Amino acid sequence: MDLIELRDIHKTYHLGEVDLPVLKGISLSIARGELVALMGASGSGKSTLMHVLGCLDHASGGEYWLDGREISGLSAKERARVRNRTIGFVFQSFNLLARTSALENVMMPLSYAADHLTERQMQQQATELLQRVGLADRIHHQPSQLSGGQQQRVAIARSLVNTPQILLADEPTGNLDSRTSEEILRMFQDLNRRESLTIVLVTHDPEVARHAQRIIHIKDGLIEDGAFAPVGGGRSAVASAGEPA
Amino acid sequence: MKSLRTLKLAVRALRRNIMRAALTTLGIVIGVAAVIAMMEIGNGSAAAIQRSIASMGTSNLIIRPGTAASGGISYGAGSVMTLTPEDAEAIEQECPAVASVAPIVRVRTQVVYGNRNWVPYFIYGTTPQYLRVRDWTNLAEGENFTDQDVRNASKVCLVGQTIVRELFEGQSPIGQELRIQNVAFKVIGVLGRKGANMMGMDQDDVVLAPWTTIKYRVAGSSVTNVNQSAAETGSNAVNTLSRIYPGRESLYPAPSATQQADTPLPVRFTSVDQIIAAARSGSQIPAAIQQITTLLQERHRIRPGQPDDFTIRDLTELTKALSSTTVLMTRLLLAVAMISLLVGGVGIMNIMLVSVTERTREIGLRMAVGAEPGDILRQFLAEAVVLCLIGGAMGILIGRGSSMLVRLVLNWPTAISVGAIVAAVLVSATVGIVFGYYPAWKASRLDPIEALRYE
Repeated sequence: MDLIELRDIHKTYHLGEVDLPVLKGISLSIARGELVALMGASGSGKSTLMHVLGCLDHASGGEYWLDGREISGLSAKERARVRNRTIGFVFQSFNLLARTSALENVMMPLSYAADHLTERQMQQQATELLQRVGLADRIHHQPSQLSGGQQQRVAIARSLVNTPQILLADEPTGNLDSRTSEEILRMFQDLNRRESLTIVLVTHDPEVARHAQRIIHIKDGLIEDGAFAPVGGGRSAVASAGEPA
Repeated sequence: MKSLRTLKLAVRALRRNIMRAALTTLGIVIGVAAVIAMMEIGNGSAAAIQRSIASMGTSNLIIRPGTAASGGISYGAGSVMTLTPEDAEAIEQECPAVASVAPIVRVRTQVVYGNRNWVPYFIYGTTPQYLRVRDWTNLAEGENFTDQDVRNASKVCLVGQTIVRELFEGQSPIGQELRIQNVAFKVIGVLGRKGANMMGMDQDDVVLAPWTTIKYRVAGSSVTNVNQSAAETGSNAVNTLSRIYPGRESLYPAPSATQQADTPLPVRFTSVDQIIAAARSGSQIPAAIQQITTLLQERHRIRPGQPDDFTIRDLTELTKALSSTTVLMTRLLLAVAMISLLVGGVGIMNIMLVSVTERTREIGLRMAVGAEPGDILRQFLAEAVVLCLIGGAMGILIGRGSSMLVRLVLNWPTAISVGAIVAAVLVSATVGIVFGYYPAWKASRLDPIEALRYE
């Protein structure tokens, strides 16, 4: 079974009397170790899909199998645990804690999960991650003393600190210039290749999506193409995947 | 472990904006400082009042003769002479709740030393126990007179500080002789300073002498109700105190019934102006009053239903009134201080609400990385409580400091109040929880998606 499997996911927002369907039956699967881009124009439902994928929101209908477990019916508290243990987030606006050192920013998610770790082990783990993203010399800098690319790298280190199975990156390069964007995307590719981390890039930028192995296009709450990996995987066959709905 | 981490997190979050944290907690600081300072100053004054009341004789009972009435006209308390020195002795022997008793004979007259004269406020004829009754045993100089002096009606006296100042111009009066109504008294002791009593009378303006001396040598000539012949015919029958060798056989054979009937002796009746008694403790006062009343009713042969020929007064009512005033004042100040704590708490809630709004994105992020609503609630609650406890600690220091300052600069009495400190810590923690709960709850109810998007 694939790491992520969505079956006929619906999401409808209730705005007073009016029902606003955003996701109208999404089915897709993402295998372990894939680097997938989720593309769509604004208003296409791509953010909502990402929230459902990231367990930030629950679907109105359908099934969400994550790592062999159906999780669409979980309570808010259980979803928090899933987010903590299996999903890492990288945001467009970095979302680092102001006036807090890079090290403490990276350690932050651990304080909600890693009861078994001592403060020292947590620091060690965070330091290693910061070294891996190339910020060994910026450990005690605060976000305001870091460039955009460096901040995003801190955010990536933070998303990895819980050793998640999936990394969800929501427009990770939206606030960066093209050169830095390239660096960050390289880093994602590296992580994907070396540690076979499953990564979902949410973007509207084809230039960004180009770095992925497979692109899932979403439009008006439905998947246009790319929902399923072609048998055998690989970059070449991506575009041909159909959309069964 | 988890709570320790939450605490650390809270401290870290507060450190990110120290200025705001300090201003937020200022309300609590002032509130707690006010509570502590009020309590300490209040306690100090209460203790001071209690001390001064105690030195006036908190547990003292004053027994005075009753009222004389003639043809429906009352002459007021003390207008009859019904108390005797034997009454005093009986009280001391038979009332277990009474620690010590002294009879008092008063005169008010001129005292002369050399070319100076003075009219002391109190010239008391009494027994050596008087000093114990009044808790005045620490003499500044010299020594107390003895029972022997009382029996012999010795012309010795103790003088108060005011007398020393007025008559002896501050010189030591020990061994000097002063004259009270042309009777020379040798000064054998100087009393310690006692200060004014509750009515503002100078208690150091006093001369103490054996009551027999005052009664028979000084007052004898001026007070009409003293049986002069009895006083002149020798003091051996006056009371047991006047027996020089108590327990000895009478020198003369006891008169037979016929002899007694033939030669009726005049009623020899020695009265004292009042009897002062000290109960064993403040709580024993009611028992002491009860016992003295029963005893004196028996001794004075007062039938049930008849009015007593004596009155007993105690100072406890006055003590209670005074100390309850202090308690009332302390409570009043405490209430004011509590209101300021409340205001401080509202200030904390206000800032915490602002802080929640300001940190919406942070909350969203924390939730996204796996913080449960309970974690967020705990974090913000911990921040509020830490803020309040720090405020409380600073408040305790400032409160202690200002009460010390008050003591040093204004010379007000203060007393450290452990209760107030404990209460301040508890109250500030409670304020933190109560006023921190709503903002924390609000934070924990945020939708992570909305929170992350919040600008």
